[in-house]
Amino acid sequence: MSSELFYQTISSLAAQLAAKKLTAVELMQAVIARTKAVDGRVQAFNSYDEADALAQAAASDTRRAAGQARGPLDGIPIGLKDVIAVAGQPLTASSKMLANFVSPYDATVTRKLKEQAGAVVWGRLNCDEFAMGSSNENSAFRPVSNPWDLTRVPGGSSGGSAAALAAGAAIATLGSDTGGSIRQPAALCGTVGLKPTYGLISRYGLIAFASSLDQIGPFARTVEDAAIVLGAIAGHDPLDSTSFNAPVPDYRSDLAAKKGPWKLGIPKEYFAEGLDPEVGAAVEAAIAYYKKQGCEIKEVSLTNTQSCLDTYYIIATAEASSNLARYDGIRYGHRSKSATDAIDIYAKSRAEGFGAEVKRRIILGTYVLSSGYYDAYYLRAQKVRTLIRQDFLNAYKEVDALLTPTSPIPAFKIGEKSDPLALYLCDIYTIGVNLAGLPAMSVPCGFTKSGLPIGLQLIGQPFQEANLMAIARSYEQAHDWHSKHPVL
Amino acid sequence: MLWGLSAMSQAPDFNIDYVANLSRLALTPEEKEKFSQQLGDVLHHIEQLTKVDVTGVEPTAHAFPVENVWAEDVARPGLSVADALRNAPAQRENMISVPKVVE
Repeated sequence: MSSELFYQTISSLAAQLAAKKLTAVELMQAVIARTKAVDGRVQAFNSYDEADALAQAAASDTRRAAGQARGPLDGIPIGLKDVIAVAGQPLTASSKMLANFVSPYDATVTRKLKEQAGAVVWGRLNCDEFAMGSSNENSAFRPVSNPWDLTRVPGGSSGGSAAALAAGAAIATLGSDTGGSIRQPAALCGTVGLKPTYGLISRYGLIAFASSLDQIGPFARTVEDAAIVLGAIAGHDPLDSTSFNAPVPDYRSDLAAKKGPWKLGIPKEYFAEGLDPEVGAAVEAAIAYYKKQGCEIKEVSLTNTQSCLDTYYIIATAEASSNLARYDGIRYGHRSKSATDAIDIYAKSRAEGFGAEVKRRIILGTYVLSSGYYDAYYLRAQKVRTLIRQDFLNAYKEVDALLTPTSPIPAFKIGEKSDPLALYLCDIYTIGVNLAGLPAMSVPCGFTKSGLPIGLQLIGQPFQEANLMAIARSYEQAHDWHSKHPVL
Repeated sequence: MLWGLSAMSQAPDFNIDYVANLSRLALTPEEKEKFSQQLGDVLHHIEQLTKVDVTGVEPTAHAFPVENVWAEDVARPGLSVADALRNAPAQRENMISVPKVVE
C-alpha cells in the first residue's frame, strides 16, 4: 500500500478519520495539492472549487468532533463526471453548448453523497461531449491523458473520472455508463469500475444521453471501495420513474459474506477476432485463477453478440436525438448571436454549440426514427434487443456470472483512431450489458509489456451486485494489480 | 475486417439535407459531405441487422418492464424565478426573451 494519502483506499482513510489520526481537511488538502501537481498533464478536470471542497471537509470534521459522523464516506473526496448536477457548480457535459451553465439543483446521487454520506463532492470531471465517445477526445475543451502514458487516451466517455482516480486526484469518482463508459476507461486506467443494474441508481440530475441505457456508477481503487460508494448512491427515487423500488442491501458486509466457488461462464463470442493477444492472455490467466479456486468454468454462447453494436447505435442515437432536442438556444445553453428568427436560433445555436460526434449521432438518431425508416431500424433494433437480453438470461440458467475482457485493446494513442466506426468497435464487449440492463464491472487484471493496464469484465445477474462484487473481490485479493500506481 | 466492417460511401436514401433540417442543425457544406460519408459507413454496417430473424419477437423498450408510476398530485417547492432564469441566454422582466416570432 502506497503511503501517500491521495493513493489510499476509502476503507483505509475512513479508519484513519474515525481514529482521529487524520482530518478531512488534511485529506482534502493532500488531494488538492496532488491535483495541482498532476492535472496540467492529465487534464482530467473541467473545473474544481477549492474553497467549496475545503468548506465541505471542515463541516465533516465538525460533525465528527460532535460524534455525528455519517459513515465511511464522511470526509472522503469524491469526483463527479461533468454530466452529474451539483447545485451552484458548473455543469458542462464537456460541451460548448453548456460552457456557461451553472446547475440550479443537485442530482439525487449528489444529494445522497453530500447529505446522507457526508462525502466531499470534489471537482467537475472531463468526459466526452454529452458522454458520447470511447476515448475522451470528443471533449469540447481538451482531451484527457491516460496517467499510465500521457500520449495515450484514458478511454471514455468517463475518461476524466478514471484518470483523476488513477492519478490520485480523487479517492473515488462517479461516471455514467451508456455503452461501456465506466468499464472501458476503468480498464484502460487500471481502476475498478462498476456499471450497476439499470434502475438501481437514480438518474435524476444526470444529463440524459440514452435514457433506457444510461446508468451512474462508481470508479474506485478496490472492489470494497466500489461497494461502499454503491451503497451510498443506490436506492429508489420518486424523481426517476425508472428507479427500482426495493431496499438497498449492505453491499460491504454482503460482499465479505459471499464465498465461492461459483459457476462462471465464458462467452465464446467475446474471445474472437479483434482481441489483442496480451489482453486475451491476461483474461485467460484470470479464468485459470478461478478454475484453481474450484469454480466451474463453462463455455456459453451469446449468439446475438454480433448484432450488439448495430442495435446499440440505433437505440442510443435515437434516444439521444430526442433527449438533445432540448438544447434549442432558448431557455438555457448556447444561443447563436447571428440568428434572426426562432427556427434560425435552433439550427444555428445547435450547429455552433455541438461538436462533430454529437452532431453525427443526432443525425443518425433522427434518420432511424424518421418517417418510413422507423420499422426498419428502430423497431427492428428493439426486437433484436430482446434477443440479446434473452441470450444473457439463458446463460444465467447455467452460470452465476460471465467473464470477458472489458476492452479488446489497451489504451491507444491520442489521435490514433479518427474514424468513428473504428472507435465504436472499442465498445464491443461492453454494450451488450447496457442493452440487457445488467450489472457489470471491470477490475484490473494485469499490464501489457509496455506497462498499460488491462481490465477483466465480470457480468452479473440483475440486481445481484453483491454477488458480482464478491466474485471480483476473490480475484482482487489474490493479486496486487490494484495496488500499483502510475509514475507522474 | 472485423465483423464485416468495410468502407462504403453511400447509404440507401440517406439525404443529409433532409435529416439535418429535421435535426435542426445548420451544417456547413464540408460537414454535410463528411457526415454523409461517415454515416454511410455506419448505416452500411447496420444493414447486418436485417439478417436477424425477429419473427414473433416482442420489442424491448426498457431492460426491465416498468409499470406506470404514479405520483401524488401534491405541490412541491420548485426553482425560484431567479434560479430558473439564471442560465437563460437573454431575459427581461422575469421572462426569457427571444426574437419576434409573430408579426
